[in-house]
Amino acid sequence: MSTPYAKLPAWADYGLIPLINLSVAFIVAGFVVMLVGENPFRAAVILVEGAFGRGTGIAFTLFYATTFIFTGLSVAVAAHCSLFNIGTEGQAYIGGLGIALVCLSLDSVMPWWVIFPIAIVAAAAFGALWGLIPAYLQAKRGSHIVITTIMFNFIAASVMVYLLVGALKPAGSQAPQTRNFLAGAELPKLNWVIELFGAKIRSAPLNICFLLALVMAFLVWLLIWRTRLGYEMRTYGHSPKAARYAGISETRIIITAMMISGALAGMMALNPVMGDQHNVAIDFVSGAGYVGIAVALMGRLHPVGIVLAAILFGMLYQGGAELAFEMPAISRDMIVIIQGLVILFAGALEHMFRPYIQALFASVSPKSVGMQAVKGTGA
Amino acid sequence: MDMFNAIVQVLDSTIRLSVPLLLACLAGLYSERAGIFDIGLEGKMLVGAFAGASAAAVFHSALIGLGTAILISVAFALVHGFASITHRGNQIVSGVAINFIAAGSTIILGQAWFQQGGRTPALQPGERFEAIIWPGAEAIRDVPIIGPIYAELISGHSILVYFAFAMVPFTWWVLFRTRFGLRMRAVGENPAAVDTAGISVAWLRYRALICTGILTGVAGAYLSMVQNGGFVKDMTAGKGYIALAALIFAKWKPVNAMFACLLFGFLDAASIRLQGSPLPLVGKVPAQFMQALPYVLTVILLAGFIGKAIPPRAGGVPYVKER
Repeated sequence: MSTPYAKLPAWADYGLIPLINLSVAFIVAGFVVMLVGENPFRAAVILVEGAFGRGTGIAFTLFYATTFIFTGLSVAVAAHCSLFNIGTEGQAYIGGLGIALVCLSLDSVMPWWVIFPIAIVAAAAFGALWGLIPAYLQAKRGSHIVITTIMFNFIAASVMVYLLVGALKPAGSQAPQTRNFLAGAELPKLNWVIELFGAKIRSAPLNICFLLALVMAFLVWLLIWRTRLGYEMRTYGHSPKAARYAGISETRIIITAMMISGALAGMMALNPVMGDQHNVAIDFVSGAGYVGIAVALMGRLHPVGIVLAAILFGMLYQGGAELAFEMPAISRDMIVIIQGLVILFAGALEHMFRPYIQALFASVSPKSVGMQAVKGTGA
Repeated sequence: MDMFNAIVQVLDSTIRLSVPLLLACLAGLYSERAGIFDIGLEGKMLVGAFAGASAAAVFHSALIGLGTAILISVAFALVHGFASITHRGNQIVSGVAINFIAAGSTIILGQAWFQQGGRTPALQPGERFEAIIWPGAEAIRDVPIIGPIYAELISGHSILVYFAFAMVPFTWWVLFRTRFGLRMRAVGENPAAVDTAGISVAWLRYRALICTGILTGVAGAYLSMVQNGGFVKDMTAGKGYIALAALIFAKWKPVNAMFACLLFGFLDAASIRLQGSPLPLVGKVPAQFMQALPYVLTVILLAGFIGKAIPPRAGGVPYVKER
């Protein structure tokens, strides 16, 4: 995404502006809390205490964060190639199908450490496949990726409902979900790590997928900024024309980026399915794919930013659940509003405060904004 | 005769189900023709539905409800405009944001104001739009063929249904026979040319978005005040996206839009009617297949296998004046 604005020092670009945008989003959210007749400051205190106050809260926060790291990375990888992947939701859902097939067939004969790698591959492959078709259509037939991925979310939902009320449902069961996995498909918990620090944990679903998420964040950083492929993706993202002149195949780069994005989305399903629920149920993704958009935008498409943003959203999810206990007027849907506001202010309105900050910097020290760059950057 | 009556009933529910799609689809047509992608149709419909049902329940008037629905929906459209026109933000990001804010705030505010688990109070007669019975509908109901068609299909809908279908020729007229429509189409294809002619690109796009807001507001009001008699959380249930699909399917043309929406409405009506009963020739069709069909058809169309859907050229690109 090219910006028609002048440069700012890096710390302002990557620290100050996101912080301001985020604060505005939370201030507006605070007004909504006031509108329903509660005290926003008390709500904020309850939220933070609920998320970080006790060991169990921290574990839950990190559990949710794991999910959002995957979806955030998924959105970010595509975005570096200037592809807006709204299909993370559907890709994660279909990734769950891959996991279900692996776990249902192998969980009685193998231990978790054999099944886990197979499930990772299956989840990634199924997610990548669901990203491949829209990517192919964008690259070869010129259909807009945003529209096709939205359509594929709905198609994925229909496919999964069809399978979960039909073929995947155990005979005699009413609930639209697979049978519960056996011990072979249950991932070990990570709660003992938090207990090392002296906190008590009752039961929380934090599991080794958290480590996998961190590894993937590192690999994405490696991919985007340290490999030839990542360079090509960023080149294409900045200017498809330049990429074409440089001999980068448009088809190849779009399809590769979307498949990596889809694979990351599919791997998100490991966390709730194998780490917590131990089955695949209808709508188990429950909007995490869309949260990924907010996380990626807030993290400025950088893995470090994404991990931090994911933890923030994990905090909102966990703290929001606590908040619903304390303040009945505020349900967990408050998070959906905050998410929307974050996407609005950190995404669509990211440049709203920029001119003012630029003017401020220019008046304090003209050198810091590099006055010669003001003339605009062209296309 | 039974067969005929069944067909009339399916067509009747086709009309009812395609009205919100049609209104939202025409709404999207205004903004996309002006070069603003709008995937926030869903959210604007949802706030319209919520605002309409709430205001109608509180003030005991369907008209006040409709007015409020339009007002709130236009306000959300203007937020989209503020982000994507004034601040040249990413239009898709802004649309996604609007959908989330709408989904969350309707539930939170509904619960806080009415304490019915996100619902608004059930609307009484007079607070919703009643069906209009056309003259003579009851008299000729028993006449074969014409009777049921007149009594079921043409008569007996609420005013908003007729409004929606009247909007089709009206939109065509605005788009292809007025100065505003010509400029709007131009700004969606080549904003720089419009700018050179001394016309404000931003103001033109804002006006297109206001039209979008009005129509999504009516669509929302239809959902909560005609179809349902009250707001239920997430009641749009993806209709905004189907409308978007219909818009592409219709290649951004008003009359095509009507047929696309009727087709998608028919698929919906047919899947409700069939409910697992077998069809001749193909056998039993899963309900999920029928539900996914509009999306599959749109993908196939987008891929260029049935004609080619070419969007307005400047769609999704914020306009930056030469400096």
